[in-house]
Amino acid sequence: MSDRRILIVDDELSVRSSLEEWFKEDGFKVETAEDGQAALRAMDRGPFDIILLDLKMPGMDGITVQKCVREIDPQATIIILTAYASVETAVEALKLGAFDYVTKPVDPDDLSNLVRNALRTRALAEENVRLKEKVSELTQAAPILAVSPMMEHVLEMVRTVAETDSNVVIRGESGTGKELVARAIHAQSRRRYFPLIAVNSGSIPETLLESELFGHEKGAYTGAQYRRKGKIELADGGSLFLDEIGDVTPKMQIDLLRVLETHRFTRLGSNQEIASDFRLICATHKNLEKLVEEERFREDLFYRINVFSIQVPPLRERPEDILPLTQFFIEKYARAMGKPVRTVSADAEAVLLAHRWPGNVRELENAVERAMVVGKGPALEVRDLPVAAQNGAADEPQARSLAALEKDHVARVLRDCGGNVTQAAKVLGIDRATLYNKLKRYRLRR
Amino acid sequence: MAVPIHLAYVDGPTPTWADALVSGVADVFPNPIRTIAAPVDLGPCFVPSRQQHHATLVLAALLRHRPDSTSKIVGIVPVDLFIPVLTFVFGQAQLDGPGAVVSTYRLRSEFYGLPADEGVLVERAIKECIHELGHAFGLVHCDFYDCVMHASPTVDEVDVKGSEFCGHCASMLEGRGWE
Repeated sequence: MSDRRILIVDDELSVRSSLEEWFKEDGFKVETAEDGQAALRAMDRGPFDIILLDLKMPGMDGITVQKCVREIDPQATIIILTAYASVETAVEALKLGAFDYVTKPVDPDDLSNLVRNALRTRALAEENVRLKEKVSELTQAAPILAVSPMMEHVLEMVRTVAETDSNVVIRGESGTGKELVARAIHAQSRRRYFPLIAVNSGSIPETLLESELFGHEKGAYTGAQYRRKGKIELADGGSLFLDEIGDVTPKMQIDLLRVLETHRFTRLGSNQEIASDFRLICATHKNLEKLVEEERFREDLFYRINVFSIQVPPLRERPEDILPLTQFFIEKYARAMGKPVRTVSADAEAVLLAHRWPGNVRELENAVERAMVVGKGPALEVRDLPVAAQNGAADEPQARSLAALEKDHVARVLRDCGGNVTQAAKVLGIDRATLYNKLKRYRLRR
Repeated sequence: MAVPIHLAYVDGPTPTWADALVSGVADVFPNPIRTIAAPVDLGPCFVPSRQQHHATLVLAALLRHRPDSTSKIVGIVPVDLFIPVLTFVFGQAQLDGPGAVVSTYRLRSEFYGLPADEGVLVERAIKECIHELGHAFGLVHCDFYDCVMHASPTVDEVDVKGSEFCGHCASMLEGRGWE
């Protein structure tokens, strides 16, 4: 309470002294000024939580003082006090950002409430700033490791486009980190205080995707028991990330085009238009130009979404990133698994650098995770890496059937896991029942 | 050492409820409390344009009747008090100073169109005297709703709050002549 400061600016001594006493009893630290010049000098000793400003003063009038005070402290909470109320001056003062305008004499209850509301509003504004800083801190996208010049260029493009509201298409092979790039764009944009809503357009059937994107009213279709907001509505104020945009059906392409042109849509089963202010970020591993040529992707939609394009290079084209990424994943999984693995042996490094990484960063992460599961020592060895065997067989990839490769891989993982089916199923990313079926099919023993 | 407190009835005879007021204040302030006469002339404090008395001037006049330089004096006046800027005040004190003034004008039920009720008046007057004395002993307004130092710009809020200091305000009074 005692930290609150108030500045009273009034040319009448009796007003200054009585208000000074009144606010001192309220626990304020009070400063007074008899005119505009004195008020501006007092501002050097600021900031003040509240400034009570008389409108009619000799010399500089209240409105002029208010303008000067605003230049010194744009956040100042100013309450105009005047004995001569007029609508014009009240409107002018409020337009200039005064918190409120009261006529002398004021009821003590009204002044108490006014001051309390002003303090509450100021506290909320300050809290809002603090929370925004906190949100910025928390919404930092996962770091994108960029040692190679190619990835540094990608990050430069992210910074450039983040500040704008343009639609972005992120292109790149599967596993290169397109969603990570989308999240980085959102996290650096002015929309970061609103959500980034991600939808994988390729993995959802058309009818479901329609409901997913636009939402539906109760009873819009069989099973629609409740009204549901769609992803476009949820992305209001933020960003909508449509992954695998190259896979959406022609009908959905028309619907999307309409939404992108007007930023308005209707929920399924409703006639009411809803507006949504979102920024579209798309990703695809397909060649959109080729799809347009083949008339499998609408040209108008292509131009609408392809305002800014970012190409994320495959991992094999940026070998400088392989070892830093490996180290990053080792540290990540060492923390998660509580394992003392700290590094990679020189031989394992050579294997990692020699591999072509068709699955890109996702494959590298999976390889490191798997190696962390089976690895025993403080450094990952060649034998721990699933890519070692593939590298050896790289000369004859088409000579064997998929089933044969799967059989070998299952056998190897099971062996690496010491015959532990639960552990092996986890590494393979399948459930135990499926692994038992495969062991039975391939006549493998634990 | 306990600071003596003087309750002075200004502008009129000592009311019938004077003993009840002393008793109520003494419940909270165990200091020596005396009722004294203070022949203050309120005429110069009256402001015809507002038909009210200027609280600051009344307080200044009252302080001239303080019996000694170490005591605190609270003047109780039947007239309506104001300070410039505000439409009225229930009372005014000098923060950490020698005196305070309390008006019973708006503490009376009749002011609000209700039948006279001396019990209610005394209860309100006790709270306001203790409140203003709290200021004179250096206390500022308290956020705790039940504390007598809670700000009460309306009579409803005077009725809602309690007549005693909260633990925090009581601890602040220690060593300030409140014994």
